[in-house]
Amino acid sequence: MKEILRILEKDARKTPQQIATMTGTPVEQVKEAIKKAENDRTILKYKTVVNWDKLGEEQVRALVEVRVVPQRDVGFDSIAERIYRFPEARSVYLVSGTYDLAVLVEGATMQEVASFVSQKLAPLESVQGTVTHFLLKRYKEDGEIIGVEERPKRVPLMP
Amino acid sequence: MSIAPEGRNLISKQVRGISPSGIRKFFDLLASMEGVISLGVGEPDFVTPWHIREAGIYSLEQGCTAYTSNYGLLELRQELSSHLKHSYGLDYDPQRELLITVGVSEGIDLALRAILDPGDEVIVHDPSYVSYIPCTILAGGVPVPVATSFEDEFKVRAEDIERHITPRTKAILLGYPNNPTGAVMDKEELLKIADVAKRHNLLVISDEVYDRLVYGVKHTCFASLPEMKERTILLNGFSKAYAMTGWRIGYAAARVEIIEAMVKVHQYTMLCTPVMAQKAAIEALRSGQAEVENMVEEYDQRRRIMVKGLNEIGLTCFEPKGAFYAFPSIKSTGLSSDEFAEKLLREAKVAVIPGSTFGRCGEGHIRCCYATSLPEIEEALERMAKFVARHRTG
Repeated sequence: MKEILRILEKDARKTPQQIATMTGTPVEQVKEAIKKAENDRTILKYKTVVNWDKLGEEQVRALVEVRVVPQRDVGFDSIAERIYRFPEARSVYLVSGTYDLAVLVEGATMQEVASFVSQKLAPLESVQGTVTHFLLKRYKEDGEIIGVEERPKRVPLMP
Repeated sequence: MSIAPEGRNLISKQVRGISPSGIRKFFDLLASMEGVISLGVGEPDFVTPWHIREAGIYSLEQGCTAYTSNYGLLELRQELSSHLKHSYGLDYDPQRELLITVGVSEGIDLALRAILDPGDEVIVHDPSYVSYIPCTILAGGVPVPVATSFEDEFKVRAEDIERHITPRTKAILLGYPNNPTGAVMDKEELLKIADVAKRHNLLVISDEVYDRLVYGVKHTCFASLPEMKERTILLNGFSKAYAMTGWRIGYAAARVEIIEAMVKVHQYTMLCTPVMAQKAAIEALRSGQAEVENMVEEYDQRRRIMVKGLNEIGLTCFEPKGAFYAFPSIKSTGLSSDEFAEKLLREAKVAVIPGSTFGRCGEGHIRCCYATSLPEIEEALERMAKFVARHRTG
């Protein structure tokens, strides 16, 4: 099961047939395992990591540090939910350190991101303060180095 | 006009006696072609893990640019000693029983030069890695090939070895997991070979550079068999497991007299292994284990795709359980392995190594390396399927 997930995490386009061969498992068993993982949300979704820069697409992202007041009984979960329900919040993490929630915000323009923070995020009752860091350059995304794929230069024939 | 003195040849008889590599002509052919997928490589398609490269860079920044002890850095030998203890339960004294070499290639040369007198015979399984026989000859020895076969999954059998023993036999040279066949040896058969070595008082040179690359089986280190540590020259390196081929670093482990003899040759020919490679190797041993496991899992997946694909297109192969090679039979085409490889390259733009490169028993086979990306393996298999369909006889 874990091996199947590792294969899909690297390349979601691998077919059950290919995965069956790669792992030495009957194809029916692979299909069943994938179905099960999809149903119980072990597999959250399949996506493609795109280098939008290639298309000259402007895409603005910011990492927003959020300091909040935890609430009785529900701690940070309730305020986190208020935040992660916004589609602008692409990823939301509870973190240790000088602030509490790290929110990755995405928008079409800098203005859009800024207004989300000032209009939606900052005014929330339990939010004490925010610090917004606009991302200037992507070097690596989801384990992939942007630009070149790193492969060794090999002599094509070597006994 | 000859520059050699009258009546003499420029090149020594011994070197002239060694046949040049059969794959030379393929290089020229390859250079003139585009879009070739190569299954002819003999190394990982991973770059050395970053933390290992970083250790090499750091060593340069720290000014580690000088010679090391002939034996190699003591720190590395200590790491190796505990690695061998942990992996195989072996106790090697890091001060006197371990030598850091310039790859296993140098280790083979040193081992043979250290133990052979002119005319001494060395038993070598056929097929085997290309350097075993030339290095034996260069060391003044006489290689004695012992046939292995496809039907027996290219394992070398103790009784076949024993049949080739003469009063001049000095050593048995083993290379398992095997390049080019991907064969592994199981412990029972190795125990029988150990018994032969003991009865005939032979040394065993065991090249185990692919020891970490085994699939679904456990590698048995020859030196770990009862009473074999004294008789074995264990050779291994960092190239295959840690994707460090270009760093050129390996090691030899053997009893004190043999290591001392090997160091004698090493100190006059190599002096020592490059220091930055040694520094990187320390890092590899200390924290490279997770990456090795990841790479092995990937090879295993590609291996299954390769073996299934080859069998489906009519190039029968047994399941190779080690290294990163499949060694299918090409008998269905009626071509020699050399013809097959040349035609496959010209007509289908896929490069493989003819089995005959590795000995007479390799004839009728080709070596396909699956340390290549999956999409490339799949594309290569498609091209080969069409090629085989065109050339199939009967």
